[in-house]
Amino acid sequence: MKTNIVYRGLSVLVILAGLVVWQGCKPKAPTTVTMGDAASKVYVAPGQYDEFYNIVSGGFNGQIGVYGIPSGRLFKILPVFSVFPESGYGYSEETKPMLNTSHGNVPWDDLHHIALSTTKGEHDGRWMFANANNTPRVARVSFKSFRTEEILEIPNSGGNHSSPFITENTEYLVAGTRFSVPMGGKDVPISSYKENFKGSISFIKVNPESGRMNIAFQLRTPGFNFDLSRAGKGASHGWFFFSCYNTEQAYTLLEVNASQNDKDFIMAVNWKKAEEYLAQGKGKVEKVKYAHNIYDDKTHSATTTMENEVTVLDVMEFPDIVYFIPCPKSPHGCDVDPTGEYIVGSGKLAAMMPVFSFTKLQAAIAAKDYEGDFNGIPVIKYESALHGEVKKPGLGPLHTEFDEKGNAYTSFFVSSEIVKWNVKTLEVLDRVPTYYSIGHLSVPGGPTSKPHGKYVIAYNKITKDRYLPTGPELTQSAQLYDISGDKMKLLLDFPTVGEPHYAESIPASMITPNSTKIYKIEENENPYAAKGEGQARVERKGNEIHVYMTAIRSHLTPDNIEGVKVGDEVYFHVTNLEQDWDVPHGFAIRGALNAEILIMPGETQTLKYKPLVPGIVPFYCTDFCSALHQEMSGYLRVSAAGSNTPLKFSTGVIEGEASGAGH
Amino acid sequence: MRSDKPSDSTKEEDPNKSAVEAITDPTKGIGAIKNVTMNTPLDQERIKRGEEIYNMKCQACHKLDDKRVVGPGWKDITTRRKPEWIMNMILNVDVMLEQDEEAQKMLELCLMRMPNQNLSIGDARDVLEFMRQNDGEK
Ligand code: HEC
Ligand SMILES: [Cu+2]
Repeated sequence: MKTNIVYRGLSVLVILAGLVVWQGCKPKAPTTVTMGDAASKVYVAPGQYDEFYNIVSGGFNGQIGVYGIPSGRLFKILPVFSVFPESGYGYSEETKPMLNTSHGNVPWDDLHHIALSTTKGEHDGRWMFANANNTPRVARVSFKSFRTEEILEIPNSGGNHSSPFITENTEYLVAGTRFSVPMGGKDVPISSYKENFKGSISFIKVNPESGRMNIAFQLRTPGFNFDLSRAGKGASHGWFFFSCYNTEQAYTLLEVNASQNDKDFIMAVNWKKAEEYLAQGKGKVEKVKYAHNIYDDKTHSATTTMENEVTVLDVMEFPDIVYFIPCPKSPHGCDVDPTGEYIVGSGKLAAMMPVFSFTKLQAAIAAKDYEGDFNGIPVIKYESALHGEVKKPGLGPLHTEFDEKGNAYTSFFVSSEIVKWNVKTLEVLDRVPTYYSIGHLSVPGGPTSKPHGKYVIAYNKITKDRYLPTGPELTQSAQLYDISGDKMKLLLDFPTVGEPHYAESIPASMITPNSTKIYKIEENENPYAAKGEGQARVERKGNEIHVYMTAIRSHLTPDNIEGVKVGDEVYFHVTNLEQDWDVPHGFAIRGALNAEILIMPGETQTLKYKPLVPGIVPFYCTDFCSALHQEMSGYLRVSAAGSNTPLKFSTGVIEGEASGAGH
Repeated sequence: MRSDKPSDSTKEEDPNKSAVEAITDPTKGIGAIKNVTMNTPLDQERIKRGEEIYNMKCQACHKLDDKRVVGPGWKDITTRRKPEWIMNMILNVDVMLEQDEEAQKMLELCLMRMPNQNLSIGDARDVLEFMRQNDGEK
């Protein structure tokens, strides 16, 4: 009954809002009123949990947002490719190496796609993978700690968009270059594109136990743009499919010059074949430089290894690794249905959508049913691989996800809608508007062999008038639709951070039981840990001062430090001695030219501080931890360079008694 | 459809949340520990482990003399409190602070909630042995 009242109140509001706002300017408004018992379907009562985690790429914020479905509530922002002063990610000495690349420390990126690890084609709840589009990288984030554990740079890539799509047992994830570039950093005229520019696709092996990544091999391809990708599954396991555009090989005004050809390609890759050639030693080892950064859960620290080799297979020399399937007009999405039989090409500029059949593709290859070749690579006859076309589906198809009942859901950017159609019959079943200009969309488990279904979520590029205005820059947004019945029903709008691109959802029941609560202090292997107040101390090494500090509700030890001089570099290694869930402490010091650090129970993190002038500098805990949190503070005395103030430190010692470590 | 909150996965090893029922003897506190057997002479291995745990997880708030820092000093605690009460206080502190009168009195004094430091039953027993030694038992 309660939910009824809530709903009624809500609908009155919506209608009122509709009358007031809409009359002025907005012809489409009435359709925004949700139908039926939408409110109760997304209502998660206080204290209750959501059914799904929604893992959403943050686009240009370089982060991942973690939301609940169906409520749309934002739980956490996970820093991946961008520094995050809130937690000290990228600022603390321990996490700085995570953002190292061959170019130096790159503190920002553009994170587009999420791939959740799978076993036998189904979600296994272990890792989230994500790509950095700008300075090519891939990351692995733990589903236990919800932290970025590994970042691998991709050499020979001009922008890592076609990534990180994974095979059904997470054997490989791929990183296909968006922009072709000359290999090895060659200095050539841009106009020599056809001759000098090449594409590159990295196959990254994932260790099934540790999740650690390494580049197994790279495919060298003709120069054009790789957009998106999906691995085969079931019958098509062993294959990978990539959408390619700019087969015109244009290098300027792509908007026009890369939109000339009637058809671009879907590139089908037989990666098992590539493995065979590698096993025969056919790969060529090339000198490159790329960073591999790993965060260790025991030392709570990241390390960077500079790698210098990669094994390359040039597909123009091995024409049975790769085949091109013609696909109308600049395909974007290239999505494989849960059975692995159907491959959907979404030509951004096409008026229909081709669906290819893996069985037919195999038959066409066997019969050498080719219409020609591109740089020596066979181009399959369009009709020979075609299962059929979805006629007049909408304008500007981008991406397709699948439910567990044989239906597909495609996003249409230009006509701002989601269209539901049947994969086998290709019949359009339903369409709903999105507000506005949908990009990616996501069905829980949509890219797996076993979709969880229930919802489709739209990630929109434009919100315009959907939320209270906040100046020129508006929130991005998602919209949740119920797909349990024949008709899709809009349930909820919810704002998102950054610019969401791809997202996945996974049942909460697969994640919550394994979530890390604390780091055991006994297992803390950070070399700068103080495991107990008895180990708190200050040491000088030349002009480096190492403060081994402990934090517990609600004091820092030591909290009086003297004998630091201008010109010194002070490292505050703060260990949180708490062993209870949800009791982080923070540390900040006045004038620090970086950020704060947040330290989880049992963890050690380090903030570097360089005093520039003499004086007394306060520091304090930034995370409200107890009734006496405001007391959790201390003083650092900074003396002039060359002065002879002795090094001393204490806690709870009143002057006169002070003598070294005070307990 | 909402999923229910998952049950606390640490339940097996963590007696804290399991026994909330009041026990007959209030001087033994509230929690899974109903009876502790104490032997003499003291178990030196336990004392050593207990001291290590103390240094790492308790020393920041408890001193070994009778001075209160954040929490009360531990001097004479084994004569002031039953061993069961002490172990329940360590293992089941949230419930103790909600329901045990003695624990509540202390909270009113200290105004700081004693944290759950995630000790196992064995750990807590080791700390108890260390406390006995600190109180002069042999
Ligand atoms: C953050 C500070 C803090 C830490 C760390 C801490 N305690 Fe306490 N403890 C307290 C406070 C404060 C009290 C008083 C009750 C209250 O206010 O919650 C207390 C009370 C106690 C008591 C009852 C004391 C008495 O006189 O009856 C025992 C026993 C105890 N703690 C054991 C431990 C053990 C064992 C550890 C380490 C595993 C520990 N405590 C760690 C703060 C702490
Ligand atoms: Cu604090």
